Amino acid sequence: MAEFDITSKERDGMGPHGTNVGLLRVLGPAHVWALGVGIVLVGEYMGWNFAVGKGGAYAALVACWFAGILYTCVAMIDSEVTSTVAAAGGQYTQAKHIVGPLMAFNVGLYLVFAYTMLEAANAITAGYLISQVAALSGFTGTLDQRPFIILSIMFLAWLNYRGVLATLTFNLVITAIAFTAIIILFLSTSGIIAPSMMHHAELFAGNAALPYGWIGVLAAMHFGLWFYLGIEGTTQAAEEVRSPARALPFGTLAGIMTLLIAATLTWYVCTGLIPWEFLGDGLNGSVAPLFTAALLTKSQPLVWLLGVGTLFATLASANGCINDASRAWFSLGRDKYLPGWFGAVHPKFRTPYRSILFLVPIALAFALKAPLDQVVTFSILSGLLTYTFMPLNMILFRKKWPMGSITRGYEHPFHPLPSVVLLALCAITFFAVFLGYGTQLVAMIAFYIVASLWFHFWRYRFVSRAAQFTMPWPRPKGY
Amino acid sequence: MAHYVPPKQGKLSQLFDVVVLMALTFGALYIPMFMGLAGGVKSVPEGAGQTWEAMGQNATQIAQYNALGFTDPAAISNIINARYDYSFSITALLVMVVIIVAYYVLMLKFSETEYREVIAEKFDK
Repeated sequence: MAEFDITSKERDGMGPHGTNVGLLRVLGPAHVWALGVGIVLVGEYMGWNFAVGKGGAYAALVACWFAGILYTCVAMIDSEVTSTVAAAGGQYTQAKHIVGPLMAFNVGLYLVFAYTMLEAANAITAGYLISQVAALSGFTGTLDQRPFIILSIMFLAWLNYRGVLATLTFNLVITAIAFTAIIILFLSTSGIIAPSMMHHAELFAGNAALPYGWIGVLAAMHFGLWFYLGIEGTTQAAEEVRSPARALPFGTLAGIMTLLIAATLTWYVCTGLIPWEFLGDGLNGSVAPLFTAALLTKSQPLVWLLGVGTLFATLASANGCINDASRAWFSLGRDKYLPGWFGAVHPKFRTPYRSILFLVPIALAFALKAPLDQVVTFSILSGLLTYTFMPLNMILFRKKWPMGSITRGYEHPFHPLPSVVLLALCAITFFAVFLGYGTQLVAMIAFYIVASLWFHFWRYRFVSRAAQFTMPWPRPKGY
Repeated sequence: MAHYVPPKQGKLSQLFDVVVLMALTFGALYIPMFMGLAGGVKSVPEGAGQTWEAMGQNATQIAQYNALGFTDPAAISNIINARYDYSFSITALLVMVVIIVAYYVLMLKFSETEYREVIAEKFDK
């Protein structure tokens, strides 16, 4: 692998095996926003409501805001590190330069699994939504959702195969429509432009608001992450943005602000219309809560708008997930952490086409076979492991390259406070997952331990040593 | 430091590596599911009521369920009555903590060894 400045404007990033064929630098801040919000906005349309099931309505709101703090820390840390380590692979590439190869290998896998499982969850929701549309249109039988699940994943994989600019421009448009749908639903039901339809006091009566007490609040943190999971995906586009130092912090921080607003509005509308037990059961009750809320308004335009919003949100998210998972897998292959065959760029479309194609059957296997809450939990666990890595990464980054020793695209304030808060919130979330989903947690960690041993004792022999370090930085302090 | 030259990996060996990784992945994700150990531990308490009153539903809650198409309370009682059981043993919690901490310690320790090699080869020219 050749050594060069990855942020160079004269060159389009890093090609495989030292070639000049790299990813195209064509994206601006709006695309970064669309990539981050596009992946995550589906979290308002489905999945977050399992938090209501785990702790009740108030618990979900507390979880929503605490998870918002967690992700604000993530966005602050990401903005600094990514605007400095501007290369495809996002946190994976950061780990490689700051912590070490084994950590990087693990982070690469976290990213791939978090996004691939999220993509599977999106396809499941798209299939469910189409079955609901069929029922509303008068279809009386049981619609087989599988062809729609397969079609969604295949279409988006094809779009990603063809090129990143068209993919993320498509995301920008459908994400904006899905976000607007939430705003319109809120305005139409909360008493601002039409009479209020909210029943918070009645639906929260008795123990409905906090049915499990404070332990339920802790437990709800598990699915509270779903409101925002994936915002860190903005870093995956680092090698394809025209100006990493400007576009990445702006796009990421604007994204988290958008999501905080959307998450709070979603909670307000859904808990004011849907009884908590039904809302909290995302398998047999409300699979797509904003769509359920629209059904309860009995307004056909709102039902169609939120139906379209849900479909667009799932497609935008799945689209972004394919983009991010394939880039993480591509980066692992390019560095020989995985077989180098995956590290190829398409000669015409300049996309990591082999990685895109390889991950399609994995997403399909889970979308077609696993229940939604388990797919969501697999994704959340991989995301949680990434967030636990981030404060460690940030602390080591500032320690190895103190302020002034290298040029940073953005410097986040109050260090190390965001890192400490993030670590504490991650510990709470691990406990929240343990409450009800402990077996999956242990199975996932066991997998990463075995995979780490496999990498350290076998796979790492195929990796060049110095070539992994591609940033034009001085020697890290203490080494 | 001497320059490390990695061995060239054959196509069959590359394929074998992918198979191993996929087997690990599907094992970790599917085995708990097939063994029935995955998913939330949510259950309906024995003798739970099946009328709106017995399930503690007020007029607004009943009206919303009716609007959703559920006019028969028995048809939705499994959703309304289901609850998580959050009781846990301290031992199970400690085992989880030990596993997570051990994982991070193992990873940081091995990473550090590998990282020192990378830095030495990169900068000791």
